Amino acid sequence: MKKLQKADYIKMYSFMLKIRRFEERAAQLYGMGKIGGFCHLYIGQEAVVVGILMTINKNDSVVTTYRDHGHMIARGLDPKRIMAELTGREDGYSAGKGGSMHMFSKENNFYGGHGIVGAQVPIGTGIAFTHKYNGEKNICRTYIGDGAMNNGQVFEAFNLAALWKLPVLYIIENNKYGMGTSVDRAAAGLDLYKRGEAFGIPGEKVDGMNVFSVIEAADKAGKYVREGNGPYIIEVQTYRYRGHSMSDPAKYRTKEELDNYKQTDPIEIVKTEILKKKIATNDEIEKINKDTLEEIKNAAEFATNSPFPKDSELYTDVYL
Amino acid sequence: MSTEILMPALSPTMTEGNLSKWLIKKGDTVKAGDLIAEIETDKATMEVEAVDEGVVLDLLFKEGEANIPVNKAIAIIGDPNEKVEVKKEAPVEKVIEEKKIEKNIETKIETKQEDIIDTTSPKIEEDTNLSSEEITMRQALRDTMAEEMRKDNKVFILGEEVAEYQGAYKVTQGLLQEFGKERVLDTPISEHGFTGLAVGAAFKGLRPILEFMTFNFSMQAIDQIINSAAKTLYMSGGQINCPIVFRGPNGAAAQVAAQHSQDFSSWYSQVPGLKVIAPSTPYNAKGLLRSAISDPNPVIFLENEILYGLKGPVNNDVNFSIPIGKANIEKEGKDLTIVTYSIMLQKSKEAALRLKEEYNLDAEIIDLQTLRPLDTETILNSIKKTNRLITVEESWPFGSIGSEIANIVQRDAFDYLDSPVIKVNSADVPMPYSLSLEKLYLPQVDEIINAAKKVSYIK
Repeated sequence: MKKLQKADYIKMYSFMLKIRRFEERAAQLYGMGKIGGFCHLYIGQEAVVVGILMTINKNDSVVTTYRDHGHMIARGLDPKRIMAELTGREDGYSAGKGGSMHMFSKENNFYGGHGIVGAQVPIGTGIAFTHKYNGEKNICRTYIGDGAMNNGQVFEAFNLAALWKLPVLYIIENNKYGMGTSVDRAAAGLDLYKRGEAFGIPGEKVDGMNVFSVIEAADKAGKYVREGNGPYIIEVQTYRYRGHSMSDPAKYRTKEELDNYKQTDPIEIVKTEILKKKIATNDEIEKINKDTLEEIKNAAEFATNSPFPKDSELYTDVYL
Repeated sequence: MSTEILMPALSPTMTEGNLSKWLIKKGDTVKAGDLIAEIETDKATMEVEAVDEGVVLDLLFKEGEANIPVNKAIAIIGDPNEKVEVKKEAPVEKVIEEKKIEKNIETKIETKQEDIIDTTSPKIEEDTNLSSEEITMRQALRDTMAEEMRKDNKVFILGEEVAEYQGAYKVTQGLLQEFGKERVLDTPISEHGFTGLAVGAAFKGLRPILEFMTFNFSMQAIDQIINSAAKTLYMSGGQINCPIVFRGPNGAAAQVAAQHSQDFSSWYSQVPGLKVIAPSTPYNAKGLLRSAISDPNPVIFLENEILYGLKGPVNNDVNFSIPIGKANIEKEGKDLTIVTYSIMLQKSKEAALRLKEEYNLDAEIIDLQTLRPLDTETILNSIKKTNRLITVEESWPFGSIGSEIANIVQRDAFDYLDSPVIKVNSADVPMPYSLSLEKLYLPQVDEIINAAKKVSYIK
C-alpha cells in the first residue's frame, strides 16, 4: 500500500468533512422546500468514497447509485453546482433536469447517479468494457448498495465481467438497510462479498467506518483489476446516520444502534489520527472546519440564487 | 409396409431445405434415432434423425439438391421383401400442404412480388446506383453492419449467438470471421445484463449494435432501454449521449404463439429519447440501418423475421443512407391513403392492386420507414390530396401508431377528411398458436380492402 503523506491526511479529512457539511445543508434546504423529490444523504458513509478516492487515477471512471452527492464531492466536483442541481437550477450539473439522483459529469468521468436499484452495475461493467476495448489501463469503479445485491442484473453483470475479464472494481456499500429492510431480512447469506465466488471473482470485507482500512483494501483491489485480472468485489461495512431518504423516519432501527455507530464516526477517526501524528494542530483543524462550513454555505447561497431553467429547456437534450 | 421420410420443417419459418448430405445409403438398415441426413435450413445446417425403422429402399434426392419443399418425401424405408411402388413424386398430404402455404408468408411474398406487385417503389426507380443483383433483407442488414464496422472501429456487435453460431437468423453471418471476437461478441442469455453493459459502453463513447434474438426478449432489458439509454442525455443536461442500435426481429413469426409473436412498435415509439425504425425492403433496410448506426441517439431498429428472406435491389454505395424521420410514398394514388410500415407494406400493396381492379380505387401507400420521429408532413399532405385515411399495422389496436396518426390527422387536417379514419390492427388478444386463429389475429388483405371501402363509402 502506498504510504500516506501528511497532505493525504488533510485531504481525507477535508473531503469527508465537506461531504458531511454538504449533506447537512442539503437536509436543511430540503426542510425549507428548496430541494424536492427524493434526497438520499451520505452522512456516516464518508470514509467509503473518500478511501476509494485516495487510490484512483484521474482517468478512471466511476458510476454509482442515487446516494451520489458525496461521490461527486469526492470526485472533486464543485459543491455549488451539485447543490444547484439539488435545487433544480440551471447551474446544476444536469442543468436542473436530473436532480439529486441523476447527476453526471462526463469531463470528470463521473457517469451518474442512477435512480434504478442495480441498473448502474451493468452500466459500470460496460464502461469498463470500453476501457478494455480501447486498450486503456483505466478501471471503472462501480458502487452497489446492499439492496441491489439481491437484484438479478447485478449477477448478470458479474458473469459478463468475469467472462470477459473486464477492469471493473465493484464496491458494495453495505449500510445495513435497503430502505427499511435490514440486510438479514433481504439477503440469504450475509457475506455479500462472496457473491462473486461462483464467477471466480475475488471478494473482501472491509470496515467502512475506518478510512485507512478502506484505502488498504481499495489499493490492493485496484491493482488487481488494473493489471487485467478481471473484476474484484469489496464489501464495505458502513452505516448511514440518516434515514433512507429525507422522508424516512428510520423507525426500523434503534437509537442505541445509531449511537453505537456514531462512536466510530469516520471523520473523528481521521481527526484523532491527524492530532496523534501531529500532522496538524487543533487550531489548523478548526480552520478547516470553518472554511468548509463557509464553502458549503456559499454553495447553498449559490444554489438558491441560480435561476430556474428557461422554459425552452424543457424540450432540449432529448436527442443529440 | 414402406414409410416415406419427409423433408422436415426445422424452424418456424422454414419452407424448404437443401439436402447437404446423406448419412445413409440404399440397403442400410435404419433404426429410430439414427442420423439419416444433414439438411440446410434458412437458419442452419442440421442433422435429421430417423423416426421409423426399416431398410432404406430408396433415396429420392441427391446430395446437394436445393430448395426441397417441407413435407416432400426424401427417402423411403421399409421391408425389402415387400413389393414396393416407389413414386418419385410422392404425394404430400393435402392438409399439410395447405398448412405449409398458409404458414409461410415468406414464400407468398416472394411469389407475389414477382407475379403481381411492382417491386420498385418510385424512390428506388429514381436511384441510379441500384444494384442489378437482388439480395435478401438479411444480406442487406449484414452488409450494412460490415460496412459500418469497416469505417469505424468503435462500432461493435453483441448479442446471443451473433458470433460463432453466425446469428440465430443468420443476419450476422461472417462478421466474426472478418472482425474477430473483440468486435463480434456472443453474450450469455442475460438481456438485462448485456443491454446495460452495452448502454454503459455507449455512454463511454463506443457505438454498439445490440442484437436481440427477437424483440420479445427485449422485455428482459426494458429498464435499461427506457430508463438508462433513452433518458440519460436529458438527465445529464445534454452531457452523456447513447449512440446504440437495438436491432432484431419484431412482430409475428409463424406459429410461435403469444410470448414469441408480438409487435413492439408503438411501445417503443412512445418513449422520448428513442428513435424507432421499421424497414420494409432490403433497399430501405440498408439505407435506414446506416442512418441508425451513425446516429448519436439510441435507435430501436425493428426488423421482421418473415421479411428476412425478402429479395430486392439495393444501393451498394457504402455511404448510401435514408434519413431517419422520412416516410416513403411507396405508391401514389388519389382516392385514399394507406399508411403502413414493416411487413404490412406487402399486404397493403396487395390490397391496393385489388382495390384498383375490383373497385377502381386508386390508393396512395405511405411506408413510414421511421415511426419516431414520425413524418407527419408526408401523411398530412397525402390526406389533403385523398381526403381518406386507413392505417395498417401489426401492432395491437390500443394506443397504436395508427391511433397517434388518427389523432394528428383529426387535429391538423380535420377539414380535409371526408370520412372517419379507420385503423387495421392485429386482434386485441395475445397471439394464439393455432394456424387458423393466427391468421384471424393478423391483419389480412380482405380487412384492408374492407376498411378502404368503408372510408370510400362503398358498400
